[in-house]
Amino acid sequence: MLAAQVKQLLDTEPEGAVEALEIVDGLDDALVHGLGRIGEAQASALAALATALAATPLRDRVSEAVDKVRAGSLGDEHLAALAGGRAALLGAVHDAQLARLDAALGRSRAGWAAEVSDVDGRLPGGGPEGQGGGRSLDNLLAGCRSWLTELAITGWAGTGQDQISASGNVIHAAYAAPRLRRLAVLLDGLAAELRAASPIATMSRLPARRWADLWSRGVLLAHSAGGPGFSAVEVSGRLLILGVDLHEHETAVQLQAHGVLEEPGGAKRLVRMSISAGKTNTVIGASIWRLFSGYPMMLNGLAKHRVLELSGMPLLPSGDLVWRDELAAAAEPADPFATARVLLGAAVAPAVPPLERHPVRIAEPVLVEGYTVHNGVSIDLGGNAIDLDLLRLPGCGPLTAAAVEASSACLGLMRWDAGRWLLQPLAVQATVKKKPVTVHNGEWALGLRVGGSAGGASIGHPDPKVAKASSGKDDTVAVLRERAGRLLRK
Amino acid sequence: MPNWEVSSVVAVIPPVHPRKLAKVPFVEMSEGKLQGVVSSGSDIERVYVSAIAADGHGFSCSTNNNRPCGGLSTWPCKHLHTLVDEAVLQYGAERVARFLRIEPADTLRTGDDIMGRLDGSVVKGGSATVFSRFLRHLAYLELAPCEEPIAELHWFPSTHSEGR
Repeated sequence: MLAAQVKQLLDTEPEGAVEALEIVDGLDDALVHGLGRIGEAQASALAALATALAATPLRDRVSEAVDKVRAGSLGDEHLAALAGGRAALLGAVHDAQLARLDAALGRSRAGWAAEVSDVDGRLPGGGPEGQGGGRSLDNLLAGCRSWLTELAITGWAGTGQDQISASGNVIHAAYAAPRLRRLAVLLDGLAAELRAASPIATMSRLPARRWADLWSRGVLLAHSAGGPGFSAVEVSGRLLILGVDLHEHETAVQLQAHGVLEEPGGAKRLVRMSISAGKTNTVIGASIWRLFSGYPMMLNGLAKHRVLELSGMPLLPSGDLVWRDELAAAAEPADPFATARVLLGAAVAPAVPPLERHPVRIAEPVLVEGYTVHNGVSIDLGGNAIDLDLLRLPGCGPLTAAAVEASSACLGLMRWDAGRWLLQPLAVQATVKKKPVTVHNGEWALGLRVGGSAGGASIGHPDPKVAKASSGKDDTVAVLRERAGRLLRK
Repeated sequence: MPNWEVSSVVAVIPPVHPRKLAKVPFVEMSEGKLQGVVSSGSDIERVYVSAIAADGHGFSCSTNNNRPCGGLSTWPCKHLHTLVDEAVLQYGAERVARFLRIEPADTLRTGDDIMGRLDGSVVKGGSATVFSRFLRHLAYLELAPCEEPIAELHWFPSTHSEGR
């Protein structure tokens, strides 16, 4: 990303985005107070939502829902309409911001043309349903909806411990149904936050946007999950990994690698690979890599920067490879910075599935070079400043805020939140003690190294005690699995 | 700083610290109690379920088969001491003290500091609930990995835990 591109990005503000978010704020505020007891301010905010959507196909449903809230007689379907209306506004903001970024980067993006597949076209990965299909799936979804409805009626400020705990059984059951994994992971994350924040009534500030985001995505998934997915195509070619982004809450972790796929015909496209696993809140830091030990090719690609040769790997229309480790083979090493320099500009980006369009989903790989870091929190490129997303530096890798501060080149993801662009580093080239070093997020994927690696250009864990703690008898995953083996199946 | 209220991504849950799990595989502050599971020092098949209530500091300790802990008297047993020590390692002394409503919470540093400020007595029961919560906790590690993207996890960045 060049200085002129950053300038173009920062200089153009999409029309209507600020107003759209103000309307979202109005609904979010109503959710703080509870839709069961709205005052004048919340009522007019809801009316504004209905007005904003008056020219869309959601018009009738949203205005009916707003009437029902006022009358105090709302049901699941009305909340779905409100969540859908909110998602439409945020989807529009997503589209506008992503288009602005694509324009600045000169990045071409495929259009969304995917059809929902037949039921039988459901991707591998779902596997046999743990809970059967049909009726029990419907019951689980109804249980999730009813919890979300109760939360909305009560409002965050009034939500108590019992109401939060009430989600436990339905979330636990949803985990057993692979088709509901996304919903289960989402609701589990929301419930854990509400629990940790209790007593919520005494909080000095509420994460109103965030909780409304999680709530409304939950409502939409609880209506649509379990349905057919998108059909995949099989792709082959050389996959060059750019870097890895880690997502994590107390009971789930996801690695999401970004890369460029070179297909035999020469076409280049941006792809992502995501693998998620269940975990406990005590499995943190470098030990999370243990959870992905069933994917050695992926881990090799991340830790050793190997090119991965794919043959017949399923690819979703969203640009997500559905990773099958046996369909990948590790080839020669490739420097991710070189990949970004040579291939990123020509790679075609994938479309974003309509229901996933929310600004939080924007995570576009970029290479930024020749900047200076200001106060450790932002970069300056030719007089244009972008904040660094330091919250997204994972604990499972060697990339620290200090390494970022000493850096002058960064492979990262462009993100957008709370009205501003952010750069999330995935790897940096820096000067530490007058020596050039390169630090990648995924460097410890095959285990911690103390001191440098064979390449000499990477960093091991500075503290041998920490390195030791994630191996041998202190391995947290191994200890818990031993406990589970002894106690769980009795 | 960005505005908390209008950010989609903020850290609501304070980070926890890594610790060894051999002695206390599970400790949580939930349902009004600091509660968890302590591995027996002598029998690998046995664990103790220990808890301290935030309200009144009533404490309990029994085996997973609901036999009372022999070390429990009018004073907390060694399992409760270990539980609090490990809770302090994981969550920090201040957060544990605040949960147990010991004021001023920010002056306490160690598990012993906290144990010295407890003023409850032995209470019975509750071990079955805690033990089943522990089993549910362990079951997360048994979930099959998923290779389809979970877009919702973009709301949950992996972030630094302290102590690295």
